[in-house]
Amino acid sequence: MPLIEAKHLSKSYGALRAVSDVSFSVDRGEVVGFLGPNGAGKSTTMKMLTGHLRADAGSAHIAGFDVADEAVRAKQHLGYSPEGAPAYGEMTVREFLRFAADLRGLADPAESVRRTLALCRLEEVAAQGIDTLSKGYRMRVGFAQAVLHDPEVLILDEPTDGLDPNQKHEVRRILKEMAATKAVIVSTHILEEVGELCTRVIVIAKGEVRCDESREKFLARGADLNAVFRQLTA
Amino acid sequence: MTSPAPAAPGLKPFAAMLRREFAGYFRTPLAYVFLAVFNAFAVSLAFFVGGLYESGVASLDRFFLYHPWLWAFLAPAAGARLWAEERRQGTLELLLTWPITVWQAALGKFLAAWLFLACALLMTLPVAFTVGWLGDPDWGVILSGYAGSLLCAGACLGIAAIASALTRSQVIAFVTGFLACFLLVLVGYGVFDELLTGLLGQEGLFIRWRQFVFRVTVDDFRQLGLWRNLEPFTLGLVDARPVAYFLSVAFAGLGLSTIIVERR
Repeated sequence: MPLIEAKHLSKSYGALRAVSDVSFSVDRGEVVGFLGPNGAGKSTTMKMLTGHLRADAGSAHIAGFDVADEAVRAKQHLGYSPEGAPAYGEMTVREFLRFAADLRGLADPAESVRRTLALCRLEEVAAQGIDTLSKGYRMRVGFAQAVLHDPEVLILDEPTDGLDPNQKHEVRRILKEMAATKAVIVSTHILEEVGELCTRVIVIAKGEVRCDESREKFLARGADLNAVFRQLTA
Repeated sequence: MTSPAPAAPGLKPFAAMLRREFAGYFRTPLAYVFLAVFNAFAVSLAFFVGGLYESGVASLDRFFLYHPWLWAFLAPAAGARLWAEERRQGTLELLLTWPITVWQAALGKFLAAWLFLACALLMTLPVAFTVGWLGDPDWGVILSGYAGSLLCAGACLGIAAIASALTRSQVIAFVTGFLACFLLVLVGYGVFDELLTGLLGQEGLFIRWRQFVFRVTVDDFRQLGLWRNLEPFTLGLVDARPVAYFLSVAFAGLGLSTIIVERR
């Protein structure tokens, strides 16, 4: 059974059809690059997968659980970092992660927080208020809360957005280390990320899946990935 | 299922939510300002406007008289952040993708806010002790007055929760919540009697539904007033009707705000 399954997902905002009949599934060990121009429906699809938005039609399953009917069970297996990595700014990094660990009902919350702080290299800012952190650190805090419970499914909405090259490298390194045991979806505008990180690519435009293929097949479409992207999303 | 499910979290998410929200009030200086303002007004109104000392009666009814006004202003101030702040920071998306139901989250937030208002109320206990020192009050009546005031705070908080669920601006949430609570204070004093009589007629309005006929009179509206429902408590009468009224408004507000967040 795939860890992530989207079946005929559709969503409209008034007259605007944001996502139209999107279906795909992701197995353990796969890192799917979710590509598409701004407004293509990437975030809306992710929000439906995570149960944040209710789909007008279709269904989404995380680790076999329907995100609408068995929401809490599905969310126990899910780590999600929304776009911009929102967090409670008035809390310190440690307090925030501890809250997330308590809310998830983890068996040993203190140990989970300690391990995650080390994994995401956040120890030095652990006692700092999130509001006072640089964007790079804030993005890492968002990432940290998503991996805190070592979930089987990771859905990350532009996790490297706004990071400097070193920070991007760091996030990709952590993701690669974890990828073998998880199903991961990473939305991105950065086409180089496909080659560096992903095992599979899904391109979405105007709410429809335009391409769903292995990294090798996608890279073989042409040397100029920007041109390939433009062609697929036209 | 592809792997063993994590243990069911039970009440842990709710408890975590309650703790975070309650502690959240004390993370900013605003909470201390709030507590100071509540106390200053509660005491000043009782002594300088209500003439608690000059009355020469060892009772707190003049102290509780102003509580509907205080809660109408301060419960929306404390409740404005409930959902509006989550929307503004973008954390609502995060919260709703964590393994907690919206109802658990909403109840945790609501009870934390109510507990915070209870703290504000408890800080006025020196007024009761002063009255006890000056005279020989009926402590049962004072206790029921405090219980009524706390219930009144819950009702105002329920209204504030709805206002907060509707917007991402705490200021708009506060103003809307305050106006709605203010209306509930005024309606009990009969301020709108003429207007309502014009609308409903002298005999009241008759609503027919199937074989039933309901009559809605101006007095029915007056019964919704906050002071009208708090007054019996300050006289030591713990009647089921005002208890039901305050709890209904509180939990209807909680329920409605939760539905608004759920249907976002």
